[in-house]
Amino acid sequence: MAKRKLVHIKVNGRDHEAEIEPRVLLVHFIRDVIELTGTHVGCDTTNCGACTVLLDGRPVKSCTVFAVQAHGREIRTIEGLAANGRLHPLQEGFKEEHGLQCGFCTPGMIMSACALLEKNPHPSEEEIRWGISGNICRCTGYQNIVKAVQYAANKMA
Amino acid sequence: MIPQSFEYLCPETIPEAIALLQQHGDAAKILSGGQSLIPMMKVRLARPEYLIDINRIAGLQYIKEEDGFLKIGGLTREADLEASDLIRSRYPIILDTATLIADPQVRTMATIGGNLAHGDPANDHPATMLALGAEVVAVGPRGERIIAVTDFFLSVLTTALEQDEILTEIRVPAAVPGSGGAYFKLERKVGDFATVGVAAQITLDGAGVCRRAGIGLTNVGPTPIKAHRAEECLLGKPIDEEQIRQAAQLASEQAQPSSDLRGPAEYKSSMVKELTKRALARARERART
Amino acid sequence: MLQKTSPEIGGMGHSVKRKEDLRFVQGKGTYVDDVHLPGMVYGHMVRSPYAHARILGIRSEEARKLPGVLAVITGQDLEKAGLSWMPTLFHDKQMVLATGKVLFMSQEVAFVVAEDRYTAADAAELVEVDYEDLPVLVDPHRALDADAPVLREDREEKTNHIFHWEVGDQKATERVFQSAPVKAGLDAFFQRCHPAPLETCGCVADYNSATGKLTVWETSQAPHAHRTLFALVAGLPENNIRIIAPDIGGGFGNKVPIYPGYVCAVVASLQLERPVKWIETRSENLQSTGFARDYHMTAEIAAERDGKVKALRVKTLADHGAFNAAAQPSKFPAGLFSICTGSYDFSTAFCEVDGVYTNKAPGGIAYRCSFRVTEAAYLIERAMDVLAQELKMDPAELRLKNFIRSDQFPYQCPLGWNYDSGDYHAAMNLALGKIGYAELRKEQAEKRAKGELMGIGISSFTEIVGAGPAHTFDIVGIKMFDSCEIRIHPTGKAIARMGTKSQGQGHETTFAQIVAQELGIPVADVTVEEGDTDTAPYGLGTYASRSTPTAGAATSMASRKIRDKAKKIAAHLLEVSEEDLEWEPGRFFVKGAPSKAKTIQDIAFAAYTNLPPGLEAGLEAVHYYDPPNLTFPFGTYICVVDIDKGTGEVKVRRFVAVDDCGNIINPMIVEGQIHGGLTEGLAIAFMQEIAYDESGNVQGATFMDYLVPTAVETPTWETDKTCTPSPHHPLGAKGVGESPNVGSPAAFVNAVVDALSHLGVRHIDMPVAPWKIWRILKEKGIAE
Repeated sequence: MAKRKLVHIKVNGRDHEAEIEPRVLLVHFIRDVIELTGTHVGCDTTNCGACTVLLDGRPVKSCTVFAVQAHGREIRTIEGLAANGRLHPLQEGFKEEHGLQCGFCTPGMIMSACALLEKNPHPSEEEIRWGISGNICRCTGYQNIVKAVQYAANKMA
Repeated sequence: MIPQSFEYLCPETIPEAIALLQQHGDAAKILSGGQSLIPMMKVRLARPEYLIDINRIAGLQYIKEEDGFLKIGGLTREADLEASDLIRSRYPIILDTATLIADPQVRTMATIGGNLAHGDPANDHPATMLALGAEVVAVGPRGERIIAVTDFFLSVLTTALEQDEILTEIRVPAAVPGSGGAYFKLERKVGDFATVGVAAQITLDGAGVCRRAGIGLTNVGPTPIKAHRAEECLLGKPIDEEQIRQAAQLASEQAQPSSDLRGPAEYKSSMVKELTKRALARARERART
Repeated sequence: MLQKTSPEIGGMGHSVKRKEDLRFVQGKGTYVDDVHLPGMVYGHMVRSPYAHARILGIRSEEARKLPGVLAVITGQDLEKAGLSWMPTLFHDKQMVLATGKVLFMSQEVAFVVAEDRYTAADAAELVEVDYEDLPVLVDPHRALDADAPVLREDREEKTNHIFHWEVGDQKATERVFQSAPVKAGLDAFFQRCHPAPLETCGCVADYNSATGKLTVWETSQAPHAHRTLFALVAGLPENNIRIIAPDIGGGFGNKVPIYPGYVCAVVASLQLERPVKWIETRSENLQSTGFARDYHMTAEIAAERDGKVKALRVKTLADHGAFNAAAQPSKFPAGLFSICTGSYDFSTAFCEVDGVYTNKAPGGIAYRCSFRVTEAAYLIERAMDVLAQELKMDPAELRLKNFIRSDQFPYQCPLGWNYDSGDYHAAMNLALGKIGYAELRKEQAEKRAKGELMGIGISSFTEIVGAGPAHTFDIVGIKMFDSCEIRIHPTGKAIARMGTKSQGQGHETTFAQIVAQELGIPVADVTVEEGDTDTAPYGLGTYASRSTPTAGAATSMASRKIRDKAKKIAAHLLEVSEEDLEWEPGRFFVKGAPSKAKTIQDIAFAAYTNLPPGLEAGLEAVHYYDPPNLTFPFGTYICVVDIDKGTGEVKVRRFVAVDDCGNIINPMIVEGQIHGGLTEGLAIAFMQEIAYDESGNVQGATFMDYLVPTAVETPTWETDKTCTPSPHHPLGAKGVGESPNVGSPAAFVNAVVDALSHLGVRHIDMPVAPWKIWRILKEKGIAE
């Protein structure tokens, strides 16, 4: 049994402390230890992006990061987007533009889009499609997801 | 999906990291970006007993021109290469390459050092570095040494790095007027490994004659391939359509692809030719501006 | 005639924003893996690395020794409870955990249970299994050879042949073929692919020994059927089983069958008296759960010289893998494949299908295709293009010439189906206009002269959905009705529950819209629940585009029963007789005196406070709807492609989709379904295959190689519609979820073949990968 590590990780603005095996994937830390289940697991080869969260503001696939790597750092998940009971413009946009159907890819997709808009507040359609190219959706065909991101970009302008 | 158990070590300096590598030998692996290693650990193809996380070591992330070289720190993230004005304006072949690696999330974590040190012929930077004539800096218990990229890739997943060395820097000869390069990658979809990738970097003199040519091939052999015969045929000549075609033909003859889910070997050889044409044409375009 | 409702009420035709989205965009959905119960433990499946091998022994002592491991269950353990085999949904049985031998790579061999996921994974590696290789059969064409290994030793008849099925008039069809001046056909392989919903399959089985109740959270598209099957097979009382299908992250047919993992989790929970969670990985999902297609088809059309089609004959070899676990109506071993005459007026036809076993994952489920309709539509649409090529006729013209005319409906097709309604000409003409067909043909001619490759592909498909009428349809004996129960509360709000189960189709909104349409209660005031077998009325679930045709109809009928009772209450409140009342959405009013009215909310309150004498309290109804027929959505899709001669890559330049699904509940949701289904069709046509090598090893069963398009590969879809209501559905609606997956593969392939037809190319099997095109161009001397 490997030596457990004590990690301090800030999640959505709150400090968390836990003793975990080093091999615990960040996505399992988020889902099973912190019990925020909005971040999902959709594959086992780092392809689908359902597990996307922001690590120090940058998008990562939390299934391909060990939780210990996030020690002393900040994570933002889908649960940390809405503020003061108000939906983030991206969350609003996905609702308004029918950017989701089963909802399983949605948290990861929104987090990727969030990172995209932070880097590029006025993306073209092509830039949006490239920006979410690490996120798979099986339901929507992406067309309304693009519209949802455009909605948010306009609202946040 | 679940890796085997391991001890996690987090050195703060390079000497510390090297000491740990020495101590644990083959039972240890370096954790850089982790975007190649962690997936292998999750399917238990890689089972290191010790994981040495070098991400907390300061001073390994930089992109700068100095002493006639473009110097990139080994821990520099692909996303940082993408965002760098220096890379975009003076080394667009590296921007081409970084942008085509995996996807945005992977690029946040993945490092150029890891992309080279992993020794996978399917990774993209190796071909580009071959085309650029780059060298890497390896630091170990015996000190620092420079390894030309042409001597770096030995066989599948095997590089010239000793087990107790860390790749700390990549050095590319500084861009000169008349130089231009491009990386083309044929992939089944965005995020895939290359079916075939071709990097071409040339330097033209004032008369448009080729003074330097570098061509690297991705994923068509057990290592990335330097298409030196194609390079030689371009030297001393203007890069016209006929020259490009000849070079492309020679490059495809040097490829040793295998048939797999990405296509039959003969297709890949043909695509080396096609992409070499396209890469050289774009390189020429960039060299002229 | 449906009365129009206001946007505030949100009945039929309104693009009401979805009610379910609020929780999903906040990450507050409850999918099965989100369920955490006190004392919950984890299961991990040990699987066979071999496609065909005898099991000589299984040793689990090392695994059991690992701290935290609670149980290792094998086939032998299950045998004692009579559970090592279970019935499939189609007249066969499959092993839950292997006994004696394994029949496909990744087959379930042992189930490890431990305190946490990580320990369970470690323990699974420690289970030792000794195998002895057996000869492998992967080519279905060899399955009936004299020297083929017989895979199913458990079957009485020692053969790999599962079934022979035929329909139509063989003699009449042969006669036409003998004298037909033109005959054209093709061999078309529809490759094995996989629905791959983003959420994999899984469950939490929770047996409570204090109450004797088993609760199973399950990724199930058909929770009631699962409950009944668990009761019959496991011998548990059905009133003590509760299946909860919570939020489901996509189904597409993958979540209809009962999988060994569910059974093992239930057995483990019964044994340990603790909740047991089992969630498969993506690799497990792709390698072992219900695949789709794998049909080797031959079609031939007999026609006149002017292009008029006369007869169709079809022969198909169906590869079902190791067990026939197809999820389809019990009388139809090839599902609804006999829709293969499609949108065309054939005078006679004959269709035969033979199913065989191979050493591959079991199944043949319906993947967004209403039971093999995708295979049928693909075949006929490819065959029509081959015929057009043979006749040197424009493929649009050939189709228009042969469409069943709108005045021919209801239309009895030579293979037995009675098409309820359709107007194929209207959809085709709309699509041709929208894409600018004539200009595109001109452009193609110009490009061909310059050696450039551009193609236009048409698919004018007919769907057959909404299974189905009790006289013909059942799954494992259970009739395929569906149901709705509605209860109106005193303050005029409502709760409605159905026997279907949304996996993203938006039922919480669309079924509320049906109630809104029928009763005028605003969508916001109608709560829709599905998936909990303790509360929802019995239904067969959601797949095969059946929800709107069956449960949607049931919702409408239940609402009308409520309206009938509401009228009695309104008459009482207004002190008039029922005949004096008229209805408009939301209220009854006195004829000629519209201000004398009672709203549905007034009536609801009165149902509990002020009833006419003799009338029961309450305002609710339940309806079990047996559809009188299937419904027949249809459409025309047109695809334009450009081919990169250098690499063989195909770029979809434009794709116009004209769909007719009758009256539409929510246009926004229908459009979203079309986008998604077309994207699946794109992937199937160009990128996807679950393939096996000669040793039966699955090739490319992870998302690294089972390619799902990203936003970059996916084009912008242009959608439009015609509306031919279903004459028998209470709302005139038909269902649409699967049409894009059914109709689009042929459109893509037709376009590529069209781009190369001037070179003599007649067919390319899917997936149409760039290297296949390059190879053709090389043969034709066009590529280098």
